[in-house]
Amino acid sequence: MIVMEDVYFTYPNGVEALRGVNLTIKDGEFVAIMGQNGAGKTTLVKHINGLLKPKRGRVLVDGIETTKVSVATLARKVGLVFQNPDHQLFSETVEEEISFALKNFGYNEKTIKERVDWALNLLDLKEYRKVSPFMLSGGERKRVALASVLAWDPKIIILDEPTIGQDYGQKERLRQFLLQLNRQGKTVIIVTHDVEFVADCSPDIILMRQGRIIATGEVKEILTDENLVNQASVALPEITKIFKGLENLGFPSDIIDVYEATNILYEKLKG
Amino acid sequence: MAIIEAEALTYTYPIGEKPAFEDVNLKINKGEFVIITGPSGCGKTTLCRCFNGLIPHFYGGKLEGKITVCGLNVKEYPTYEIAKHVGMVFQNPENQLFALSVEKDVAFGLENLGVPREEIRKRVDWALKITGTYDLRNRAPYELSGGQQQRVAIASVLAMNPEVIVLDEPTSFLDPLGAEQIFEVINHLNKDLGITIVLVEHRLDMISKYASRVIIMQNGRIVLDGNPRDILVSEKARLIGVGIPKATLLYKFLKLKGISLKRIPLSSDEACRTIMEVIGK
Repeated sequence: MIVMEDVYFTYPNGVEALRGVNLTIKDGEFVAIMGQNGAGKTTLVKHINGLLKPKRGRVLVDGIETTKVSVATLARKVGLVFQNPDHQLFSETVEEEISFALKNFGYNEKTIKERVDWALNLLDLKEYRKVSPFMLSGGERKRVALASVLAWDPKIIILDEPTIGQDYGQKERLRQFLLQLNRQGKTVIIVTHDVEFVADCSPDIILMRQGRIIATGEVKEILTDENLVNQASVALPEITKIFKGLENLGFPSDIIDVYEATNILYEKLKG
Repeated sequence: MAIIEAEALTYTYPIGEKPAFEDVNLKINKGEFVIITGPSGCGKTTLCRCFNGLIPHFYGGKLEGKITVCGLNVKEYPTYEIAKHVGMVFQNPENQLFALSVEKDVAFGLENLGVPREEIRKRVDWALKITGTYDLRNRAPYELSGGQQQRVAIASVLAMNPEVIVLDEPTSFLDPLGAEQIFEVINHLNKDLGITIVLVEHRLDMISKYASRVIIMQNGRIVLDGNPRDILVSEKARLIGVGIPKATLLYKFLKLKGISLKRIPLSSDEACRTIMEVIGK
């Protein structure tokens, strides 16, 4: 479980990135953190794996304050995949990249090999095993970064903007994959601007603005609230926009899913 | 008039075993707004790198066939010559901005070309105003939001007065509001200034309505090319795995159930209007 109590954080240049954040994320939850550029989303998740420590307030992961343990210890539990994979990758081959943390955690060679094979398979990277991560496309580098985190099997997985540079098919696979991780009991946290991706995944939403959390709730409740969505510089899902436009004709306005939308319109338009 | 013309164009990176794209035949006319999309690795970014000569001049490798941009044979002209006609905007504005102030960043290209001071002033102010960044001109680029940075990146390209602007997923790092503003700026450049736009994009929900043409690439080849409505509603586009706008999907799903709307919508606004037409009757 992740608990933040009245967390403040200011960068050395004076930017107040977090201004009194309180939140609880229970084990096994699937959460999307949304909000405008600079709202503090990345700063917030960096507090969960201890890369940043609060200036005021407390962050607890499974009851342990992040200021009392090393990043390495926290990393066993919390895997963070950065927005820009280049901030994370440094090895000469994809295989070395994925085994790096496993070696550091002291796994034996057999386990390392099994885990690396598993992760390469899972993220469709087998053919790149011996290739330098820097020869790969942006989308592929992101998958390498994700593979290297999943390989050590952390119970909390955080992905910062996982859909950037991913095409439709990869996003669909990512969605299935995150839902699967979540079903296996992992806590999955994504930071994202991708409204359509969120509409398709239906996680709970944490909405941020200027270093504060302005709303939390189910996707249908948050993403169809025009006022909230505007405050956070997020957009309504496309399907919601259509149904808001049809509200005067007696249609419900809290629709986000294209299949649900099709059925509602079909009932109205048939005959 | 063709502003970009490729004939039997094939390119292989220096370390590549097979071509990044193959036998591309393409003619883009002045004033078009073209979206190029397709699965990752389909060759769309690589193709765009030919439009300003980064390929072959910077990346090396083997470029076969013929490509002319604004009448210049790309193989024969250096990148700085082509850059006078073609501006590039990349995914991450941080990689493109480097000066200590927005104004200096936007003026950089012009200073390099030795444009007179007065002219620089005029063109920089013009570019800043069009992209809505004039009020930010004395700020440092790194202090700006991603959306503001990307608008500054567009301004620096615009100041060079290009005939074509090529943008490679320019909004992927931006929040939806920032993305919408970028797309509006791009549309303005195209519709009001007549600048030819080539946009590489996966997320088609916000942008399809502005485009005059959609090209879909797969495995290094152009497989679909035409009017956005016809292309995006096609079964082939869905099978390739392209991010069809939700409004277009809704049209398609209704049609499968036997309900035909009058027009194929590309955006939520268009979908709303078409549905209202049917219900209004």
